[in-house]
Amino acid sequence: MADLSLKPITPLGNDAPVRVTIGPVTIAEVVDSAFASLTRRMGQDIAAVAKGAGIPLPAAGKVEQGATYGAFWLGPDSWMVEAPFASHEDIVAHLKPVFGETASVTEQTDAWARFDVTGERLPALFERLCNYDIARHGAGSASRTMLEHLGCYVVIRSATHISVLGPRSSAQSLFHALETAAHSAF
Amino acid sequence: MSQKNRIEGGQIDRSRSLSFRFDGKSYQGFAGDTLASALLANGVRLMGRSFKYHRPRGPLSAGSEEPNAIVQLRSGARQEPNTRATVAELFDGLEATSQNRFPSLSFDVMGVNDLLSPFFAAGFYYKTFMWPAKFWESVYEPIIRRAAGLGALSKQDDPDQYDKGFLHCDLLVIGAGPAGLAAALTAGRAGARVIVTDEDFRLGGRLNAETHAVGDQSGADWAAAVVAELSALPNVRLMPRTTTIGAMDHGIYAAVERVSDHLPVPAPGKPRQILWRIYSGRAILAGGATERPIAFENNDRPGIMLAGALRAYANRWGVAVGERVAVFTNNDDGLRTATDLAAKGVDVAAVIDTRTGGPLLPGIRHLQGAEVIGSSGRLGLSAITIRHANGKTETLPVTALGVSGGWNPNLNIASHHRGRPVWEESIAAFVPPKDGPAGLSAAGAAAGLFSTHAALRSGAEAAVAALEDLGLKAALPDLPRAEDAPVAITPKWYVAGKGRAWVDQQNDVTVKDVKLAHQENFVSVEHLKRYTTLGMATDQGKTGNILGLAVMAELTGRSIPETGTTIYRPPYTPVAMGALGGRSRGHEFKPTRLTPSHKWATEQGAVFVEVGMWLRAQWFPKTGETTWRQSVDREVLATRASVGICDVTTLGKIDIQGTDAGAFLDKVYANTFSTLPVGKVRYGLMLREDGIVMDDGTTARMGENEWVMTTTTANAVPVFRHLEFVRQCLCPDMDVQLISTTEAWAQYSVAGPNARKLLQKLVDQDISDAAFPYMACGAITVKGIRGRLFRISFSGELAYEIAVPTRYGDAMIRALMEAGAEFDSVAYGTESLGVMRVEKGHVAGNELNGTSTALNMGLGKMVSKKKDAIGMVLSQREGLVAEGGYRIVGVKPVDPAKPLTAGSHFLETGAAAVAANDLGWLTSVVYSPHVGSSIALGYLKNGEARKGQRLRAVNLLAKTEVEVEIVSAHFVDPEGVRLRG
Repeated sequence: MADLSLKPITPLGNDAPVRVTIGPVTIAEVVDSAFASLTRRMGQDIAAVAKGAGIPLPAAGKVEQGATYGAFWLGPDSWMVEAPFASHEDIVAHLKPVFGETASVTEQTDAWARFDVTGERLPALFERLCNYDIARHGAGSASRTMLEHLGCYVVIRSATHISVLGPRSSAQSLFHALETAAHSAF
Repeated sequence: MSQKNRIEGGQIDRSRSLSFRFDGKSYQGFAGDTLASALLANGVRLMGRSFKYHRPRGPLSAGSEEPNAIVQLRSGARQEPNTRATVAELFDGLEATSQNRFPSLSFDVMGVNDLLSPFFAAGFYYKTFMWPAKFWESVYEPIIRRAAGLGALSKQDDPDQYDKGFLHCDLLVIGAGPAGLAAALTAGRAGARVIVTDEDFRLGGRLNAETHAVGDQSGADWAAAVVAELSALPNVRLMPRTTTIGAMDHGIYAAVERVSDHLPVPAPGKPRQILWRIYSGRAILAGGATERPIAFENNDRPGIMLAGALRAYANRWGVAVGERVAVFTNNDDGLRTATDLAAKGVDVAAVIDTRTGGPLLPGIRHLQGAEVIGSSGRLGLSAITIRHANGKTETLPVTALGVSGGWNPNLNIASHHRGRPVWEESIAAFVPPKDGPAGLSAAGAAAGLFSTHAALRSGAEAAVAALEDLGLKAALPDLPRAEDAPVAITPKWYVAGKGRAWVDQQNDVTVKDVKLAHQENFVSVEHLKRYTTLGMATDQGKTGNILGLAVMAELTGRSIPETGTTIYRPPYTPVAMGALGGRSRGHEFKPTRLTPSHKWATEQGAVFVEVGMWLRAQWFPKTGETTWRQSVDREVLATRASVGICDVTTLGKIDIQGTDAGAFLDKVYANTFSTLPVGKVRYGLMLREDGIVMDDGTTARMGENEWVMTTTTANAVPVFRHLEFVRQCLCPDMDVQLISTTEAWAQYSVAGPNARKLLQKLVDQDISDAAFPYMACGAITVKGIRGRLFRISFSGELAYEIAVPTRYGDAMIRALMEAGAEFDSVAYGTESLGVMRVEKGHVAGNELNGTSTALNMGLGKMVSKKKDAIGMVLSQREGLVAEGGYRIVGVKPVDPAKPLTAGSHFLETGAAAVAANDLGWLTSVVYSPHVGSSIALGYLKNGEARKGQRLRAVNLLAKTEVEVEIVSAHFVDPEGVRLRG
């Protein structure tokens, strides 16, 4: 009988992530993170539990990285929690025991295509893509924004490292937009 | 050809000679030239023909206000009509042609229009082309357009790319003349984020065109030094070649950067232009001023230009427009042209000054109280006629004449929010309105402050004030010494005469035309504009508007402020359509969403259909199938006979959690969900507030407080938005959390009698009917991979929807097809999906049409009266529940060979095909291989009671009429035995 086991592909539809360098920036497809949304349930206090588990709960518009978990703000009392895919493939199974019925946790890993853009002069690239003021907000900030008609999260991990999370089904359109803007800017 | 009019000086790079062609003839210019300055240097004054009368024209100005020197640049697909030679930056190999002439610029047969001018007065086409009415579009307008045309489009795709982008700053400075540079310097030194835009390729504004000293430097050198300092500040962004075209809301300004227009072709990957959206805390309009002419008879000959332009060509570009020149002025600024040109060694024949008294210019023939009353020269100026103060006339041979009627502040952007410009008597011009865009202030000449000192100071002060508004401190810089001459002007708008004196040169509007408008009672400025077309050309009347309304004011005996002025709209100067479109063109007009099985479907040769942004497989043709129907019939029959697989990832999936999630679902769905056991799925109907059906779908209870809602593909976003509205605004006290998971899971429908057998080969758990009954749901594993299984059916067959994380979606379709091979499984697309749902009587988009209720759809019983749900009350309105209303029915042709047409209307036998007899319509029509004929769903008045009746399905548009039988909407397995199998 044929082998029916399932083999994953990347958002761009390949076996391995794509990586290109254009001028001073490198755009890399990233597939080694797991994501889950975490939303505090009404009347619950999750700060202490989260802290105990090493899950940062950053303020509005911010991103924070802990030892294992990172998180960026999604909305009031709501965060996107990140963790290494290799150890947290079933991220909900890790988070649910921590929060129980105090928070709602939803797997988001494959909802997003993640592209990490690294290099110098990143504002010059992003000013051609979205209305998020990279220079003013700076490292440690994150925001939802429209990028070529796509609702995306832009996460500024450092002055030279920005993650863009876009809808996985539009990964090719998003990658094309990033590449084209980089060619235009540099 | 030598540059015979080139003189010493200027800010051109004489070491970089550039070759270019105009109307096929080769010329040389220098880096730093515009097309106009280079042509003038080569002795070419004639650059175009006028819009209506085909009069020979040369440049009137040296800037973006140019009405006359309108040319076509480049060739082939990059050909661009209607560009201003005065701002076209010269590059090596530039190719330009004149337009609106035949066969040549110097001999234009349409010049006959000029002789026929009495017939072409203002409003002539309103009066002339009245009859017959239908001739306007088909005959008259095309003729007029051909005769009065501007340039021609290449009609080829634009080969260039355009970008859009977003910039942010504390202070936007519009214009980099003395006021703008002083403002930028003040704010830049204070550490504010500053953006400076200027339409010119060389920053400095009029400082580059004047000989004034600023401090101990020339104005141009001072500008260059400031530009150098600003360039070194990391918080300042200088944007030359960038025109701020409009003030939008909330401190947002639109600007077009011409990235590559000064190059033969853009560098690879680089855009030609970028449309920037600039978000500013405050903005300073320092856009300078535009000189206006004085109208006199035949004032439009090539060689006659604005006095400020004449000296700009000499000072900035080292060009003497004529070897013998005169100046006609009503103000002191005009005198500068004479002194500057004389200092450059140009023969200044006379200054004709409309004013009397005051000091005379030393060493120049300065005629006070005189007027220019006419000009002569066939294709360019050869002489002017002067009327001296004593009434005597004199003909003076000159080849260039500078005319100055005063300066108008460039306040356009300040009136983009409908602010009315304010008349300022001391400068005889309008200044920016007090009620302009919030956060925008004006400085320098744009504010009516015309001296260099006043420009520098007002710029710096405006920056200090703007930054203070933002809570930032800035110090006034030590301003260099600069001229501070007062404005000395005695308004003179036109010289009375019998001939034609041009007011708006681009649209060929004369003083006579304004008089005619007055005579015919079009006296308001808005009527004047529309009747004469004053100010309606691409230059927006930058040189002619004020002149036109001043003439009207004089005719009506009112003051200029009483007469009023029209205001300006964006864009400040013309913008290429490509820049507005940016990258949104062709295949990149919108992003594409690909399903997890897209790659596999492409390999199968699937035909795709766009569903919103999604590309879905419509059908999967097999070898030998020549029509789509063959493919679809095969897919449907094979699914019902064995098993079919369809990618249903596109259906919206919304994760709903929280202790009140069940109650929340009861609120948003017409039927009850809170009672649904964990591990079960229920079909739900969602109503709008007005009782009309909004969407339908299934919702699964995955845990006590965890639910997954599915929506239709088309309504995924509207439903999510609706749920968020309900959560945040209607039920803020409910403990509910929502997030979309549409993209997170690859989901496939597996339908048909062998669906279970197929799936059991892949699913690690027992999915027998006992373990996983109809409408069950739950977490499973697929060969060890986490997944979800829902036993739901849209086709009426034994069916499941199976979901795995999207990264496994491609592998999943391959595994399903592999596992299904022994059952002769098929993949089916949206067409077959449609056929099977119609065969089963399920409603979809055509029935969920925004006007239909649950009752119309035969789902009235789903609207629970036991609870309060959105839309429940209004769905019970008398008109919506009345007997005899539209009900969904099944429809079959009496003759199975006859196809049905969607959109056909039901009529009784013998009834006339008029609206009064209309009984309803066919909503969805498919060919059913199961029934062996066309079948349809339809909304039919009193439909339930009409089952078994025969009616006509009439389509007046498609010209079809078919006798039909009204039947149950369930064509296949009406008892629902199969899906429970």
